[in-house]
Amino acid sequence: MSGHSLLFTFFALATCLSAVAVVISQTVVRMAFWLIISLGSTAALFFLADADFVGAAQLLIYVGGTLVLLVFGVMLTASGPYLKIETSPGETIIAGMIGLLFLFIVYASISGVDWKSTPGDAVATDSPLDNRSGADGQTLRPVGLSLLGLRPDKDLSGGGDGDQPSTGYLLPFEIVSVHLLVVLIGAAYLARAKRTQQASAS
Amino acid sequence: MAAELHSYLMVGAVLFVCGVICMATKRNGIGVLMGVELVLNGANVNFVAFSRYTKLGLDGQIFSLFIIVLAAAEAAVALAIALNFYNNHLTIDVDRANKLKG
Amino acid sequence: MLLAAQSIAEFIDSTDAWPLTWLNGYGIVVAAVIHALLLIHIFAISPFAFIWLERKVSGRIQDRLGPTRVGGLFGWLQSLADGIKLIQKEDLCPPAADSMLFRSAPYIVCVSSFAAFMVLPFSHTWVAVAADCGLFILLAILSLEVFGIIMAGYSSGSKWSLFGGMREAAQMVSYEIPLALCALIPVISAGSLNLGEIGGMQRGWLSNWFMFHDPFTFIAFFVYFVVATASCKRAPFDLAEAESELVGGFHTEYSGMRWSFFFMGEYASMFAVCGVAAVLFLGGWNSGIGPLDDLLYSWRASSLSGEGSWAAGYLANVLGAVIFASKASFGVFVQVWLRWTLPRLRIDQVMTTCLKYLVPISCFLFLGATVWPLALQLRTGRTTWTAPVGDRLSSSVVELRAERDKSDVAAVPSPQAAEPEDLKPETPEAPAEAVPSHAPESAAVEPESGRDSSGSVNAASSEVLAGATKKEVQQ
Repeated sequence: MSGHSLLFTFFALATCLSAVAVVISQTVVRMAFWLIISLGSTAALFFLADADFVGAAQLLIYVGGTLVLLVFGVMLTASGPYLKIETSPGETIIAGMIGLLFLFIVYASISGVDWKSTPGDAVATDSPLDNRSGADGQTLRPVGLSLLGLRPDKDLSGGGDGDQPSTGYLLPFEIVSVHLLVVLIGAAYLARAKRTQQASAS
Repeated sequence: MAAELHSYLMVGAVLFVCGVICMATKRNGIGVLMGVELVLNGANVNFVAFSRYTKLGLDGQIFSLFIIVLAAAEAAVALAIALNFYNNHLTIDVDRANKLKG
Repeated sequence: MLLAAQSIAEFIDSTDAWPLTWLNGYGIVVAAVIHALLLIHIFAISPFAFIWLERKVSGRIQDRLGPTRVGGLFGWLQSLADGIKLIQKEDLCPPAADSMLFRSAPYIVCVSSFAAFMVLPFSHTWVAVAADCGLFILLAILSLEVFGIIMAGYSSGSKWSLFGGMREAAQMVSYEIPLALCALIPVISAGSLNLGEIGGMQRGWLSNWFMFHDPFTFIAFFVYFVVATASCKRAPFDLAEAESELVGGFHTEYSGMRWSFFFMGEYASMFAVCGVAAVLFLGGWNSGIGPLDDLLYSWRASSLSGEGSWAAGYLANVLGAVIFASKASFGVFVQVWLRWTLPRLRIDQVMTTCLKYLVPISCFLFLGATVWPLALQLRTGRTTWTAPVGDRLSSSVVELRAERDKSDVAAVPSPQAAEPEDLKPETPEAPAEAVPSHAPESAAVEPESGRDSSGSVNAASSEVLAGATKKEVQQ
């Protein structure tokens, strides 16, 4: 067993088991804790798949930003010290059975694909990112360039159309930026203190 | 190659299913949000695995970057809604959100 | 860290010496273990030294002597005595606490601040993971530390801890923004997120340090330092553990080793953020004395190319590590000094300082740093005061890049189209004058950076590197 697959097994198990723990645990803060472990191990899986920029973004935005925000929300909305809102056992069992069934369906469909003989040679014999634009998982520069509208991995390798360079992801990038701005304003508007309404409601 | 891709996809599937169950069973609004995060992460794992082991190349990584950013935005808005809901109902139990006008 | 991971791995894989032959094939594992052990030692020794420093400096500032007894003249073994005392204490878990979270929170803090050392370069090529997005990874890992503190605060089952955790969450979420923005300002000048490359670009006289690159980076250094102090929750921003209001804040309920893990994490992350400041603004492992730097650089270069002696390059790197550590330790000293000089802010003042002052200031500095090369180019015809920073990249880095680019070019029918910068319409098509054309290129890129920081940083970096590669080809 090579080092890579050993690490992969470790982090894959950590990801899956803590995802299951998120489902099982009853208090919200424990869920948040297991979610951290799950998402952090997912970031490690990204590093193992040579996607170091995505892995770092996962750590910074997801784990360091979004989850802290979630825990902050837990603290702001907790009415007791360890808030427990229990689900009825019947619902849990039904959900678990449906989930297992669903997992089985997904497993069957993944196993059903014959990756080797797929038309168009879908599975690369070696990583498409190696030896071209981002050796050894150094994908920072290609990712950045493609967000700027350049595609070094397509345009330079002759993989795309020769006379028509690919456009990259400049427009989606701009849309996402504007979207983030809108979300920032919208969230601040939604979450602002509305003392008058609360007084009338109570 | 195909075997490694297969195991990545299985990790993605487990994350996705856990997220769906979490969304379906949790009655705490923030717990539902965590389920959404798990689902999006399952998709992310698949994208990164396809970008590494198939000819999808860089596109998969870019897609997962966009998913991460949009998930952050989604969490911010959903959390604002949850706080608003808590302000009005003094609970975060989503089963209590059965009135159109609170 | 002491050698690049790759070279240890290759050495072990290829060795024939009998005690090591059974390790053939496991080179990367052995290299990883060696690196981890070295980093653990740095992680263990730096809090040891800084806790002693803190006690000594605070004693002197308060007109006391500080520790004098344990370990001779200056009481330098005091931290060891403290540690032994803490190990002996009982490990308590309050009945109201959520014991699983309560017990694991200190490890989250400790592990995340330890992991930050993974990408911190101590000298030229002395870094455990030489990642292209090293700074990004480092900021990401440092942002995980807050989670352990929130967990500790929430799971203690005490109102003081809960308040401490809440304050820490609010403070960290706000202070991460100016921290990242200020760290990006020298990155704009450098055109790289790789901490090793950023450090290597500041070789030469003091004026080459990014702190003195332009007025915006100069101010950004001080803003960064303030924000870094706050992000390590040091006084005057230590609202999460304000003794006068919250007893002990998030660590009220902790005792013994778990308590000390929080402090190991805190002092280690102080060293980490000051190390980042040293690499980004203060020249990293370069001394700032031109001839000395050039001498050390030539030693390193000759030992890397195999001409000079291995020992000279090693000695140069040891000197570099000493210079780096003293710069970072000076930063820690200033943080200690600040703690005993300024009174603690109120929590609303902390948030106001961040959201009303530090965020707008750092946004302004960020915009200014992007516009600066353009303005300078309009006035003087060049984007920097001195030579372009890309020219100061060390030769080994350039060779690595050149090898990688060559393999790129090999896959392409026409090598001319392979240069990424040729895709830019503004770029003058003049490979023969690669060096003069360098300045307008980076000017053409940098005005865009105001909107999309990460993207154009990458572009700028590839511009710089492409320029460097061209020169290699010319030679």
